[in-house]
Amino acid sequence: MDFLGLYNYWVFALLLSTGLYAVIAKANLVKKLIGIAIFQSAVFLLYITMDKVDGGTAPIIQAGAVDVIYSNPLPQVLILTAIVVGIATTALGLAIIVRISETYGTVEEDETQELDRE
Amino acid sequence: MSALVAELPALQVAVPLLTAPIVMLLRDRRLAWAAATAASFTAFAIAILLFDAIGTQGEMSYPMGAWPAPYGIELHVDAFSVMLLLIVTGASSTALLVAGASLDTEVPGERQHLLYSAWLLAMAGLNGIVVSGDAFNIFVFMEVSSLATYILVAGGPKRQALTAVFKYLVMGTIGATFYLIGVGLVYMMTGTLNLADMEQRIREVTDLKPILVAGGFITVGLALKAAVFPLHAWLPNTYTFAPHAVTVFIAACSTKVALYVLLRFDFFVFQGNLVDHEAQFSGFLLPLAILAVLVASSVALFERDLKRMLAYSSIAQIGYVLLGASLVSVTGLTASVVHMFNHALAKGGLFIAVACLAMRFSSLSLDSLAGAGRRMPLTMAGFVLAGASLVGVPGTAGFISKWYLVLAALERGLWGIGLVALVVAGSLMALAYLWRVVEVAYFTAPTVLEARAEAPWWMLATLWLPGLAGVYYGLNPDMPIELARLSAELLLRHLQ
Repeated sequence: MDFLGLYNYWVFALLLSTGLYAVIAKANLVKKLIGIAIFQSAVFLLYITMDKVDGGTAPIIQAGAVDVIYSNPLPQVLILTAIVVGIATTALGLAIIVRISETYGTVEEDETQELDRE
Repeated sequence: MSALVAELPALQVAVPLLTAPIVMLLRDRRLAWAAATAASFTAFAIAILLFDAIGTQGEMSYPMGAWPAPYGIELHVDAFSVMLLLIVTGASSTALLVAGASLDTEVPGERQHLLYSAWLLAMAGLNGIVVSGDAFNIFVFMEVSSLATYILVAGGPKRQALTAVFKYLVMGTIGATFYLIGVGLVYMMTGTLNLADMEQRIREVTDLKPILVAGGFITVGLALKAAVFPLHAWLPNTYTFAPHAVTVFIAACSTKVALYVLLRFDFFVFQGNLVDHEAQFSGFLLPLAILAVLVASSVALFERDLKRMLAYSSIAQIGYVLLGASLVSVTGLTASVVHMFNHALAKGGLFIAVACLAMRFSSLSLDSLAGAGRRMPLTMAGFVLAGASLVGVPGTAGFISKWYLVLAALERGLWGIGLVALVVAGSLMALAYLWRVVEVAYFTAPTVLEARAEAPWWMLATLWLPGLAGVYYGLNPDMPIELARLSAELLLRHLQ
C-alpha cells in the first residue's frame, strides 16, 4: 500500500473526522458551525484530489500546444458549486446563531436547553 | 400541446423557482400569498399533466440545454417520480390554502412575503430532486430545498424554533455531505454523474470496494435526511416549532423525497452491480424500520403536545415505508410507495386540523384542548377522519397501504407473520395515541366553557380535502396502487 502516495486521502479522512468530532463534541454553536465548515472542506479536498492527473496542467486549451495532459476540470466545477452551497449554509447557520444569541442571550447549546426547560 | 408536454419536466422546477424572486419583490403579504399559491397550483397542474403523459409514453427524458445525456444534465420522469411530484406539489398547494390565515397569527405581516418566497424555493428544490437524473444535480437541489426549509422553520413564533432549526441545519448538512462523498466516490470509479450511465459503467469497475463504501455513505446520508430511526433527532422539534402551515407542507413531503433518492440509488444504481446488495439493504434497514415503528409509536403514546405527538407518529410512518422497501419485493415496494401517498394525505390532513385548532386555542398541549369537540366540531371531525386513515381503518387510504404491507410480509413465510404482528401493533398504537386526542376533545369537560368558534370556512374546506381524498382513495385505490406498482417494477427490474 502506497501510504504516502495517498496522503491527500489521509488528510481528507482526518479533516472529515475532525469536523465531525467538533460538531458532536462542542456545545458552542459557533464551534459546531466551524466543525461543519471543516467537514465540508474535507469533501472539497476529496473531489480536488481525484481530478489531479499525474503531470497534468490546468485545463485551459492553448493555441499551438499539442500532447498536453490536462487535469479533469469537472470535479473542480462541481466543487465550485459545492463551495457556494457551503457558504450559503454557513451564512444561514450564522444568521440563526445571531437570532439565538438575541433571544436566549447565549450561544451555548446546553444553556439554551436549560433555558427552554424553565 | 405535444411540444409543451416535452418541456414539462423543466417547467416543473422552473415555475416555482422563477416565481420565488417575484414573490419576494411583491412585498404585500396578500399579493405574495396569491402569487405563491398560483405558482404552486400551476406546478400541481404540471404534475398532473406529467402523470397523464407517463400513462401514454411510459418514461420521459429531457436534456437540459439540449446537451445529450450523459454529458449534459438529464431530467428523467417515470412513474415513481410522478408519484412524488403529485405528493410534493399537492401538499404544497393544499398547505398554501391554509397558510394565508394561519401565518397571519404566527408571522408578522411585513415578513410573510419572504416566507412565501422560501416556500417556493423549497418546492422547486424538492421537485428538482425528483425530476433530476443527475447525481450532483440532486445534491444541489437537495441543498436548495433544505436551505429554504430551514428558513421556513425558523419563521416559527417560538424561540425554540431557532434551536430546532439549528439542529436540523447541522444534521441536514451532514446528511447532504455524506451523500456528496458517496457521489464523489462513484464518480471517481466511473467518471459519470448521470444515474442511468452510472449504473452501466459500474459494471466495468473491477474493484467494487469504493462503490460499496459509496453505497454506505449515500444510504446513511439520505437516511439522515429522511429521519430514519435512529437518525430522526432533528424531526420532532422541527415539526413542532415550525409555523403550522409549514408543518403541513414539510411533514407531507420532505422526508419522502429523501426516501425517494435513497430507493432510487440503492435499487437503480447499486442493485445490479453489488453482490447481495438486497440482503445488505434489508439487513441494515429492516431492523431500523421495525424499531422506528415500535419506539416512535411508544414515544407518541406518552407525548403531551399534539404537534410533537404527530411528529413522532411521522417517524413511525417512515418506518412503515422502509419496512415495505426492505422486504425487496414488488408487493413490498408497492406498499412502500403507496404508503408515501396515503401518509401524505393522512398527515397533511392531521396537521391542517392542528392549524385550524391553533386558530382558536392558544396552546396545543393535550390538556388545553379539552372540549375541542364541542367548540370546533367540524375541525375535530376532520381530525378524526384523517386520523382514521393514519390508523388504517378499512375504507380509508391508510388501510390499503397496510393491507399491501401485510401481503408483502406474508410472502416472506413464517417470519413474515412477526412483521404482520408489528403492523397490527403499530396500528393499534396509532389508534391509542390518536384516541387520547379524541378523549380530550370529546369526553373531557373544559375548565372554561367557551362558545362554538370554528376555524375560517376555507380552512375547514381545505381540511376536508385530504380527508375526503383519503376516503376516496380508500374505496377506489386503483390510481395510487397502479402508480406504486409501476414504480416498484421499475425499481426492481434488476432482480427479475
